[in-house]
Amino acid sequence: MNTILKQADLHDIYEKIEAGERLSAEDAERLYSSRFLPLIGWLATLVRERINGKKAWYIYNQHINYSNICTNLCKFCAFGKEKGDPLSYEMSIEEIVSRIRERKAEPITEVHIVGGLHPDLPYDYYLKMLRAIKRERPEIHIQAFTCVEIAHIAKIGGKSIEETLKDLVNAGLGSIPGGGAEVFSPRIRERLCPSKLSGKDWIDIAKTAHKMGIHTNATMLYGHIETIQERIEHLIALREAQDETNGFLCFIPLAFHSKNTQLEGISQTDGVDDLKTIAISRLMLDNFPHIKAYWVMLGQKVAQIALSFGADDLDGTILEEKITHMAGAETSQAMSKAEIQRLIRNAGFEPKERDTLYNPV
Amino acid sequence: MSFTVTRLIHNALNQRLSLEEAVFLYENAGLTTLGSAAHAKRLALHSKPIVTYIIDRNINYTNICVSGCKFCAYYAAANAETEGNVKQKPFLLSREELAQKISETIALQGRQILLQGGLHPDLPLEYYEDMLSFIKMEFPEIHCHAFSPPEIIHFAKLSGLDIKTVLQRLIAAGLDSIPGGGAEILVNRVRERIAPRKATAEEWLDVMEIAHNLGLKTTATMMFGHIETIEERIEHLMRIRELQDRTGGFTAFIPWPFQPQNTALSVQPATADEYLRTLAISRLFLDNIPNIQASWVTQGPKMAQISLFFGANDFGSTMIEENVVAAAGVSHRLSEEEIRRLISNAGFEPRRRRMNYTLL
Repeated sequence: MNTILKQADLHDIYEKIEAGERLSAEDAERLYSSRFLPLIGWLATLVRERINGKKAWYIYNQHINYSNICTNLCKFCAFGKEKGDPLSYEMSIEEIVSRIRERKAEPITEVHIVGGLHPDLPYDYYLKMLRAIKRERPEIHIQAFTCVEIAHIAKIGGKSIEETLKDLVNAGLGSIPGGGAEVFSPRIRERLCPSKLSGKDWIDIAKTAHKMGIHTNATMLYGHIETIQERIEHLIALREAQDETNGFLCFIPLAFHSKNTQLEGISQTDGVDDLKTIAISRLMLDNFPHIKAYWVMLGQKVAQIALSFGADDLDGTILEEKITHMAGAETSQAMSKAEIQRLIRNAGFEPKERDTLYNPV
Repeated sequence: MSFTVTRLIHNALNQRLSLEEAVFLYENAGLTTLGSAAHAKRLALHSKPIVTYIIDRNINYTNICVSGCKFCAYYAAANAETEGNVKQKPFLLSREELAQKISETIALQGRQILLQGGLHPDLPLEYYEDMLSFIKMEFPEIHCHAFSPPEIIHFAKLSGLDIKTVLQRLIAAGLDSIPGGGAEILVNRVRERIAPRKATAEEWLDVMEIAHNLGLKTTATMMFGHIETIEERIEHLMRIRELQDRTGGFTAFIPWPFQPQNTALSVQPATADEYLRTLAISRLFLDNIPNIQASWVTQGPKMAQISLFFGANDFGSTMIEENVVAAAGVSHRLSEEEIRRLISNAGFEPRRRRMNYTLL
């Protein structure tokens, strides 16, 4: 491989990785502009195998999107609707509980809950939701409410972030999903989601949660109008936050889908970009334990290949995913356990079912 | 003898791989190790950052077929022996339909048609000669890339003529080159099980050798991911490489994974990992075949673009029409503009080509 590394002009980066040195923003830019795609995956695999060996995780989870009514209405979103829009909906606590109840026979370990920023659901709604789910299925782990929703719920309740998190945890919250990070750059947020929580505040809420012992994930929505530099800045901001608190479990790059959004017409991300982004995330986020290839967004084929480009998690057997499918994702709604295991084994990895906190199930 | 991945990767870039070495690499090398080597090999063979493609149309003149292969979802039964497949309605394209399809191809800047069909039980050789003459008379600018080896063999059997005579007559009528279909896996154990009525491996290779000796260029395909072993997959590559050493007549190699839906073979389709692995090993093994095609028709646009870094240097055809893979439930569509964008975004210059890979 030495000859090929030299031919591709990536030998010095390889030496840094082997020595366990951190990659710089400039290294990341060089990797992004490299034309030698498989070699970037090969480098990411060095880090992947150091951290996760040959393991490839998946989770049996249930998604609930409690409402699509949203005051933010970000331009990249096909899910959010104004209150009163004929396509808008909100689920009552009863409906949510019945969704949980109807799948009680399945070995689900996590319920994953995200929704829009609803203007007038009360603070109590969120606490009641968590309590009711726990009552129905006490052993289940609830991963709920992105940092953006946490900020909104705190505002509605007139409480601090700490108090809000404390109340939510007492009601049953287990951990926080990584959504709403988008791209932290103020330039991007101003253009695409001016009403949304700033990048800095997003990180602050994640760090607050970490300090209280709550694990969170982090995402990056890529493939719209952001530059490569902005992606790299996003990764470095996460790496710095993780150095401080070590509370992030997993990083999930999310490929933008433009259909039915205000950015409709932007092409689907390229397969090459998807794989580079996974690999460079693995290489830059050396302090993140896990990198997820979210198959719902990437498709099963690219997600499988992503396992050889640094990813160690394929997410799960998902039913009722609304957010990506509203934006035209053509993947099916669910992949069976057998199918996910076959994809993993076939690519030379060991399938491992996990719970939310990456304990083997 | 004990192999190591490191040594074999080095070998693959500096000398020929043996069958055993290729099997070992396929089974033991990491996907990106194999891909890196295949990409280095591709760059050694094609130093310019160009990815080619062709505008053409797959025209199937009939779906009536006496072969009844178990992996095929496209054919309509020709007789009692093959009547297992009842999903397809039999058809034979009329002259008017054929002319219409070619006119549409020309309107989209296409200058080639890929003309193939089922093994029709009773059309005489003259029928095919007339079809070629008709095309050449009406559309002199069109390149006829037509009749895969099983069709040629079928024509020879029905007419009682030898392969060489059949080919000479078809060339005289307007045949320009031969597509590499029907190769499936060039190992008779496999063929006996999935396509017992189809040409043997030797017969397929024989047609190609005679065609090359008559000055025709051809491609070669491999349909993998059904009942064959990895050894048999590499044996297929070996037989193509041996023939190419003798004739130099293959312009390109096109591996594509079997699509099982609506067929009589019930297996799980090859995964993306298997596809890229097979593509990469093909690039490394077939050191004497200049071009390797990505299969966007079976893999979709994302994977086809990724394939350009695992040994493929050609994006194949725009496929104005494609029926056979579609019958197996897989339908991806790509316009020329999208193909060009995918190639450019991957960092290559998209260039239109002819069948013989000269640039347009």
